[in-house]
Amino acid sequence: MSSDSLSFSTGKARAIRTFEGLGLEIFVPAIRMATGEDPKDQFRELARSIGVPILSIAIFLVLWSSLAASVQTSIGSVPGPTEVWTEAKALVAEHYSERTKQAEFYVRMETLKEKYVAEGKTWRARKYSGKPTYFDQIWTSLQTVFAGFLIASLIAVPIGILCGLSPTMNAAFSPLIQIFKPVSPLAWLPIVMILVSALYTSENPLFEKSFISSAVTVSLCSLWPTLVNTSLGVASVDPDHLNVAKVLKLPWTTRVFKIVGPSALPLIFTGLRLSLGVGWMVLIAAEMLAQNPGLGKFVWDMFQNGSSQTLSQIMVAVFTIGIIGFALDRLMIILQRFVSFDGAASA
Amino acid sequence: MSVASATLTTEERPYLRLDHVSKSFGEGPNRTEVLSEIDLTVNQGEFLAIVGFSGSGKSTLINLIAGLLQANEGTIELDGQPITGPGPDRGIVFQSYALLPWLTVQGNVQLAVDAVFKKESAQERAKRAERYVEMVGLGEAAWKYPKELSGGMRQRVSVARALAMDPKILLLDEPLSALDALTRATLQSEIESIWAASKKTVVMITNDVDEAILLADRIIPLRPGPRASLGPHFDVPLARPRDRAAVNDDPEFKKIRNEITQYLIAVSRQTASTGSKRRLKKPDVKPIDLRPPSLPSAR
Repeated sequence: MSSDSLSFSTGKARAIRTFEGLGLEIFVPAIRMATGEDPKDQFRELARSIGVPILSIAIFLVLWSSLAASVQTSIGSVPGPTEVWTEAKALVAEHYSERTKQAEFYVRMETLKEKYVAEGKTWRARKYSGKPTYFDQIWTSLQTVFAGFLIASLIAVPIGILCGLSPTMNAAFSPLIQIFKPVSPLAWLPIVMILVSALYTSENPLFEKSFISSAVTVSLCSLWPTLVNTSLGVASVDPDHLNVAKVLKLPWTTRVFKIVGPSALPLIFTGLRLSLGVGWMVLIAAEMLAQNPGLGKFVWDMFQNGSSQTLSQIMVAVFTIGIIGFALDRLMIILQRFVSFDGAASA
Repeated sequence: MSVASATLTTEERPYLRLDHVSKSFGEGPNRTEVLSEIDLTVNQGEFLAIVGFSGSGKSTLINLIAGLLQANEGTIELDGQPITGPGPDRGIVFQSYALLPWLTVQGNVQLAVDAVFKKESAQERAKRAERYVEMVGLGEAAWKYPKELSGGMRQRVSVARALAMDPKILLLDEPLSALDALTRATLQSEIESIWAASKKTVVMITNDVDEAILLADRIIPLRPGPRASLGPHFDVPLARPRDRAAVNDDPEFKKIRNEITQYLIAVSRQTASTGSKRRLKKPDVKPIDLRPPSLPSAR
């Protein structure tokens, strides 16, 4: 093999590894085919990894559009894919028109300010008070879920490590975990809202109360998978590795950070992945009830609205929620691949 | 001349000494005594091999010396100090390598160096780790992860890590038993040269009599457990370095191998005829059979 083709093939291997690392395995056959590997095999692989999913999505869309029109509700027939797509475009267009309005507002304010200053009057800046667009709602939801997820992880990982290290701790926490784990976010939310109103009483709040309530509810529901998986990961550290730590007389902190932590990392990440998924699911319900601006509130407002577009708008939200949830999961897999020593499965 | 229990010259103070050491697991009726009344002395700089069948309590013995297990009775002393727990003065090479998969070759050795030589500067410690990685011939692979290495290379890392602690004694727990025959042969000669260069006291556990004869100054068979105890000492007076190919035809080598093998076979027969007291509980399952019960079974 010449050095030229060798460097070519290592470049290809690197490309394939990068794609796999980013969770985009489905493009690997395309790379292989483009670089001249047996096309028949790669085509079959490609047909399975891309063709079959496309086909199943197509079947789903056909069934949906054919069945939707036949269902009549009080606010018109159930929208098909085309109506939902139109509505999605309308929401995007609305976002941009709202942004232009906002920009125009600030331009007007700027000229007004100059006039005020020229006339020697005091100027008080005003904020644009237009309604949040669909993208604003998504952004708020993402912020809320990450805030909740962060709180949950900060609580769950240390407690999980303690539970995994000490059977006594495990016995202490186990009943609490068992009892609180199955509780629905809808049950937590009223408690959290009352507590937040009582305890979070700053004059100049950094966050909205509704934001705090939703975030805390998300963390209360999403900390369990991380906690359970962390403690399992820590408890199942290879005894040989612990023996190494004993022989080296590693101090407790080194033992936790250098031996136990890295070895439990794959399971900790499995827990975090599950937690983020649960958190995203819970968030919509929490936002609906807490009236925190976000996708949940959007769904609720549309429902209250009861117009002919309600169903399409809610369906756009459903797909948005689903796609973002999927993207978050991918993100966690990629993170896991970067930090942990064993390649995570992309299930 | 080879069965020589009193080879210790009196002016040599034993470096490692096990005195009436017994170890049992479990309580009450489930109590199994694995090792019974072990007396053992090892001199400084000596290479001692303990050979025995699998399951005879060899690993328990090495774990007792390492301090990972505590003896029920008896005392273990190293260099005049009683052993109460694990410590870096006894470098151990585990059968399963026990390398940390998230650390590189250098990282694995560095972990040991950092833990033992806390007073040295970071630079000195890195140098030290590097030196041991080079010593086992892995300089080129220093930045590879264990999963990228072959079994033989992994075991070398494990040896480098144990040596990097600069231990008083090196404990090898069946270090080569998971390797293929060819890798095994190479590593055997490497272990011999490392031992010769480092002048460490070594206790090696093995199930391979040839390996023991090739490497050790003295061989002690372990009578199979339960209640395993040490057999007579066999001295290996072969000249070093021992060449694997040449030594095979050495009459002395053949004689020692014969004696040890004979001894091991004899004690294993003895144990088999006396019968082990430990009975395995068999599961109470009946085979699923579609035949009606009236018909005699084919068996």
